[in-house]
Amino acid sequence: MLVFLLRRLVVALSVALTVSAVAFLLLHLSGDLAMAIAGPEASPGQVAQIRVQYGLDKPLPTQFLDWLVGALHFDFGRSFYFRDSVASLVVQRMPVTLILGAISLTVALLIAIPLGVVAAVHRGGWIDRAALVFCVLGQAIPTFWLGLSLIIVFAVNLRWLPVSGSSSWAHYVLPSIALGWYAVPAVMRLTRNGMLDVLASDYIRTARAKGLRWPSVLFKHALRNAVVPVVALAAVQFGFMLGGSIVVEAVFSMHGLGHLAWEAIGRKDFPVVQAIVLLLAGIYIGLTLLADLLNAWLDPRIRVA
Amino acid sequence: MAVIRGGKSILLAAAVALGLPSVAQAGKANDTLVYASDSELENISPYHNSVREGVIIARHVWETLIYRNPTTGAYEPYLATSWNWADPLTLDLDLRRGVTFHDGSPFTADDVVFTFNYVLTPEAKVVTKQNVNWMQSAEKLDDYKVRIHLKGPFPAALEYLSGPTPIFPAGYFKKVGLDGFAKAPIGTGPYRIVAVESGTGVKLEKSKTYWKGSPIGEVAIGKVEFRVIPDAETRMAELMTGGVDWIWRVPADQAKQLETVPNITVLSAETMRVGFLQFDAVGRTNPNTPLKNAKVRQAIAYAIDRDAMVKSLVRGGARVMHSACFIDQAGCTDQGVPRYAYDPAKAKALLAEAGYANGFDIEIYAYRERDYAEAVIGYLQAVGIRARLNFQKFAAVREQSRAGKVPIFFQTWGSFSINDASAFTGVWFKGDDDDMSRDGEVKKLLDTADTTIDLDARKKTYAEALAMIADRSYLLPLFSYPTNYAFTADLAFTAQPDEMPRFYAARWR
Repeated sequence: MLVFLLRRLVVALSVALTVSAVAFLLLHLSGDLAMAIAGPEASPGQVAQIRVQYGLDKPLPTQFLDWLVGALHFDFGRSFYFRDSVASLVVQRMPVTLILGAISLTVALLIAIPLGVVAAVHRGGWIDRAALVFCVLGQAIPTFWLGLSLIIVFAVNLRWLPVSGSSSWAHYVLPSIALGWYAVPAVMRLTRNGMLDVLASDYIRTARAKGLRWPSVLFKHALRNAVVPVVALAAVQFGFMLGGSIVVEAVFSMHGLGHLAWEAIGRKDFPVVQAIVLLLAGIYIGLTLLADLLNAWLDPRIRVA
Repeated sequence: MAVIRGGKSILLAAAVALGLPSVAQAGKANDTLVYASDSELENISPYHNSVREGVIIARHVWETLIYRNPTTGAYEPYLATSWNWADPLTLDLDLRRGVTFHDGSPFTADDVVFTFNYVLTPEAKVVTKQNVNWMQSAEKLDDYKVRIHLKGPFPAALEYLSGPTPIFPAGYFKKVGLDGFAKAPIGTGPYRIVAVESGTGVKLEKSKTYWKGSPIGEVAIGKVEFRVIPDAETRMAELMTGGVDWIWRVPADQAKQLETVPNITVLSAETMRVGFLQFDAVGRTNPNTPLKNAKVRQAIAYAIDRDAMVKSLVRGGARVMHSACFIDQAGCTDQGVPRYAYDPAKAKALLAEAGYANGFDIEIYAYRERDYAEAVIGYLQAVGIRARLNFQKFAAVREQSRAGKVPIFFQTWGSFSINDASAFTGVWFKGDDDDMSRDGEVKKLLDTADTTIDLDARKKTYAEALAMIADRSYLLPLFSYPTNYAFTADLAFTAQPDEMPRFYAARWR
């Protein structure tokens, strides 16, 4: 188990490093950072001054190394725009995004897993087909469109829920649906396929032959095995959701990490973007690791694989 | 249907049981005017942000030495009760007694001297330096008398002292520093800040200690709240549900939709932003560019039907401009400035005279209002100028323009809401990187006008420079921009061309 864990950790760290390097390069290739910081009204002299002040005149590898050394000490620099420490900005905005992601994932799993089970049990029937249509629709609808539609129906027309903000639990309802919706099709399809495989296997036939009750077979025996890949997928989906919250946070005006990232990209606020990329990559990697461990626990065969 | 209705009432009952917060939080009922905009403040200190939302808050929380009456344009006493020019480089001001900051400390000459001397230091890292760097230093003459030393003659000084130069509390600022000030700022203005929420917004409350007799008058609305809502559709939805009371910069199509919504007022008003075409008259893009020929530039001016563009495209309070400035700015005039009425035949004739009877190919760079740029292209094509649109992000176009790679630039300029012609002409004709005509004669006239204190003499020189610019057609002013405001019908609100919403002057109906 320890070797398994160590191997995973090494992979995780190298992924984080690669992601940071790629983000760094992409951001620098996207145009003159100094000009973006200086703003539309700045004179060339001011731009030049900013270039020196922010160390943007140094060669790229030096800049990256400087950043990396800082990051290793948990110093992500100061935001170009807010002139505040990046770490404190990120800490301020993080809770909104994490809460949103957690609720969305819960919503998605609560819808997708039962739907997947039901679809598998009624394989080929109208419920199954309806569920698949639902999946296709789910994947086809863009998040911002769904978000705005939810606002129009539930906030503007029915006036049940607030349009935007994050000051109470009610503010999280519509955004969580919009964000969670995104994960439903994948999770549902995986649950359905997993259940189909498991239900066709010998041990289920044996269990049924022994005369065990159907719900017990379904939930105790089948689901536990079918859900193994779902756990991994859910972790990945949670990572996606943190990234996907950029759109949802913009539409619902929630001032979380996603919104901060969106704004920072627009302003080329390099230290902020870089820190968020690293953080999201870190969370993503951490979750994948957690999923691996969880799976290893759920299915001991994985540990030796 | 019965099922749906039943379902709805169950949900509503559940909502009530769970204590769902009331959706509408803004409005007349709780005396809170909530306004929403897309931009987040980088720092609430007015010297440390460059966004319009910062300017708005600044005007409600801090005061300046001089007040510019938005209706008459006249300069009136504010924190200073009187002022006089000792000489063109020295301005003396008497200060108002009995004014206090929101923490109760009295306003004195120390505050003025500290504020100006602080913002002039490089360590202060003031964002928009041109707002302050015309000053050399500030000096205390006595507790209620200050002297401002200028770097050079600068007639726009009063304009700057009435806008982007608010006065900070010296004692408090020195104690808490910029970081502390940004979290809990105080000023002498009609509203005090009760909360600065990072990323979310700012909450203001009417100051109970605000001095009597201020030119801005009695403040009617008790609380003002600024919310950042990045998405235009979401802002509109918030307005429709009463979550916010006031939004602006509403796109024309949304404004039209909102006009049909009961209880919402849509107001379209002119702003100081002017759209214009700038030509590569020097030949930096290409030594043989047709644009070097004044006749070609004049032909372009005759070819565009600006009246039609204003009527059918720009709409709502926009006006055709003839001079290279916003017409209401001090010193700006179109008297005696050549005008180019729409005349495609004349345009063609001028092109033929210049040797381009068959027209030519050219690129127009633009970064906003693609439809306006496309309309311009349509007019140019009608007289044989085969223009192609090169539409890019602002920073990218500017980079290329400054590098001399842009033949025709569809530009706009809002003058930072500075009500002085120099805030416009100073950027485009004084030989800096953004100057595409580089005409020494024009620059010389502007240098004189910019430093002449006598307003009449100043106007005369500007008129001369503006006539020269128009005659040589270096820059073709198109029109002023309007902006659409939408707000609850409960609110009595008037807009000004300087795009400065004055919530202190608004009241509930």
